[in-house]
Amino acid sequence: MVAGELVGRSPRQLMWRRFRRDRAGVVAALVVLFFFAVALLAPVISWLYGKDAYTTYGLDRPELLDPVSGYPMKPNGGIDGEFWFGIEPKLGRDVLMQLVYGIRTSLLIGLAATVLSTITGIVIGVAAGYLGGRTDYFLGRLIDLLLSFPQQLFFVAFMPVVTALFVSPEKETPTYLRVTALVLVLWLLGWMQLARLLRGQVLSLREREFIEAARVTGASPWRIIRRELLPNLGTPILVQSTLMLPMFVTAEAGLSFLGVGVVEPTPDWGRMFAKGAEFYEGDITYMFFPGVAMVVFVVAFNLLGDSVRDAMDPKTTR
Amino acid sequence: MLRFLIRRSLGAVVILVLISAITFFLFFALPADPARLACGKNCDPASLALINENLGLDKPIPVQYGEFMVGIVAGRDFPVGHCDAPCFGYSFVNQEPVWPTIVDRFPTTLSLALGAAVVFLAVGVGLGMIAAWRRGTWIDKLFSSLSLLGQSLQVYFVGVLCLAWFVSGLSIMEQPAYHPITENPARWFSGMLLPWLVLSLIFMANYSRMTRSQLVEQLHEDHVRTARAKGLSGRTVFFRYAWRGAIAPIVTIFGMDLGSLLGGAMITEYTFTLHGVGRLAVDSVRLTDLPMLMGVMLISSAAIVVFTIVVDALYAVIDPRVRLA
Repeated sequence: MVAGELVGRSPRQLMWRRFRRDRAGVVAALVVLFFFAVALLAPVISWLYGKDAYTTYGLDRPELLDPVSGYPMKPNGGIDGEFWFGIEPKLGRDVLMQLVYGIRTSLLIGLAATVLSTITGIVIGVAAGYLGGRTDYFLGRLIDLLLSFPQQLFFVAFMPVVTALFVSPEKETPTYLRVTALVLVLWLLGWMQLARLLRGQVLSLREREFIEAARVTGASPWRIIRRELLPNLGTPILVQSTLMLPMFVTAEAGLSFLGVGVVEPTPDWGRMFAKGAEFYEGDITYMFFPGVAMVVFVVAFNLLGDSVRDAMDPKTTR
Repeated sequence: MLRFLIRRSLGAVVILVLISAITFFLFFALPADPARLACGKNCDPASLALINENLGLDKPIPVQYGEFMVGIVAGRDFPVGHCDAPCFGYSFVNQEPVWPTIVDRFPTTLSLALGAAVVFLAVGVGLGMIAAWRRGTWIDKLFSSLSLLGQSLQVYFVGVLCLAWFVSGLSIMEQPAYHPITENPARWFSGMLLPWLVLSLIFMANYSRMTRSQLVEQLHEDHVRTARAKGLSGRTVFFRYAWRGAIAPIVTIFGMDLGSLLGGAMITEYTFTLHGVGRLAVDSVRLTDLPMLMGVMLISSAAIVVFTIVVDALYAVIDPRVRLA
């Protein structure tokens, strides 16, 4: 190829090239991929490492834990060649395995809530923006109303109601129902920002010539939405869902920290903080790894969101 | 202004009535057995029957809701006893009306929210101003990295770390607790200091970023250029011209943040074992005390809605271009 020859590139190729040049973005993307790999490969990690998240090693082998206080005998939370991240006080479970499986639980819940909220946000936002008129008015008021709910409190308050839909309050709630309830509660109050954003975008796109042209040529509304509108909404959808996921993961962890989310013995990222808050006076190391992992995770996602936006829409400046 | 306030207040009442209706429906119509959910974890058949009788759960839902709403205005007589107005229901777990408990918990939440708001507003906006003033320099870059980090921190991690380091480890701060300001202002201050700082650390990132971007945008505006061209000093241009234009969006998020904090900062109160409204909500979930939760939900929504109106009214004061029509 002759130097300086013009090469045709699709918008997607251009975006990819811009993204690859953004070093912070690439590193953030790798970190994010790493977390997903850890969550996905948890059983493999467990098999390679030779331990699981449930076995109480400390109780099986009394030399690991102090018999009086229940804290690990070795310094720094019992970190050694065998237990890389130390062992849990009292029960003596392996911290690394707790964290790996905890990330798996939290990411699964966060991802499910993100997918549901994104779909709902797209459907409602596009419907409100494209149909306009009375539909737009009512959907807009619904969004306003839901936005004036106290969000965190709503998450906490509706957990028992949602669980009661599936199981009587006297009985123990099975784990999969708790997880379903968490996803439902996060989803119910998670889609409005995206819907409102998309509504605005659709409202301005609707008046553009290419939509008019499609309408004149007799394209059905469904075709216009699918082929003309949605491809132009890719950027806000991608950016918003990149920011939504860490929001849901931290909210889920917060609920489990408060004791209304995932409970024992299921490993969960947020539940580790609840345990850590219990043990902090005797063993702060227990909290260290889940905490640092959480900070790295959220920072990486925020950086990734910024980079994706820069790559897809080079006009905007940070 | 008066017309605006009246119109917005009426709108707020409509929103609050809708929120209360939805919450009531979700709490008392959706569950198969609301009496069981209102009864608490340690429930015996006798108290279950008592709740059924007291809440009038055999009546149609709209009638139940109507009685609840009338109770807020006029008070209500339960077979277990009288509940003074404003009656937000009767907690069968605590065996007393909901309202006095919330009133009892509110000073803690108020102290936490107001104190933290002062710190994060002052420090956050201050840092943002410095970053905008020195934009492009290393200070600016340092502050933006710090604000990214601050945004990604969680109270349940940083809060516990601070407890371990500053309270248990170095003993340079007091164990967080609420002491009424009327009794001993110094103890009130030292007891709330750590929660304020931790909460501010997380909130102020947003403010410094917002202040910086707003100021930078304003500094490129025509009126600022004109002011410079007239020969006004850099300081006057910055504070009198750019700052006035930048302030409005900051007030908006501040109103929203303060509203939601007043509804109870659950995780913060839980981390520092402060017995505020947020903690009350969490405890009610654990004990499945539905009437209490319903009360907390309504009060918190009211806080958010009221602060939105206050912010809108402030807007007109700050920015004369905004018409309150």
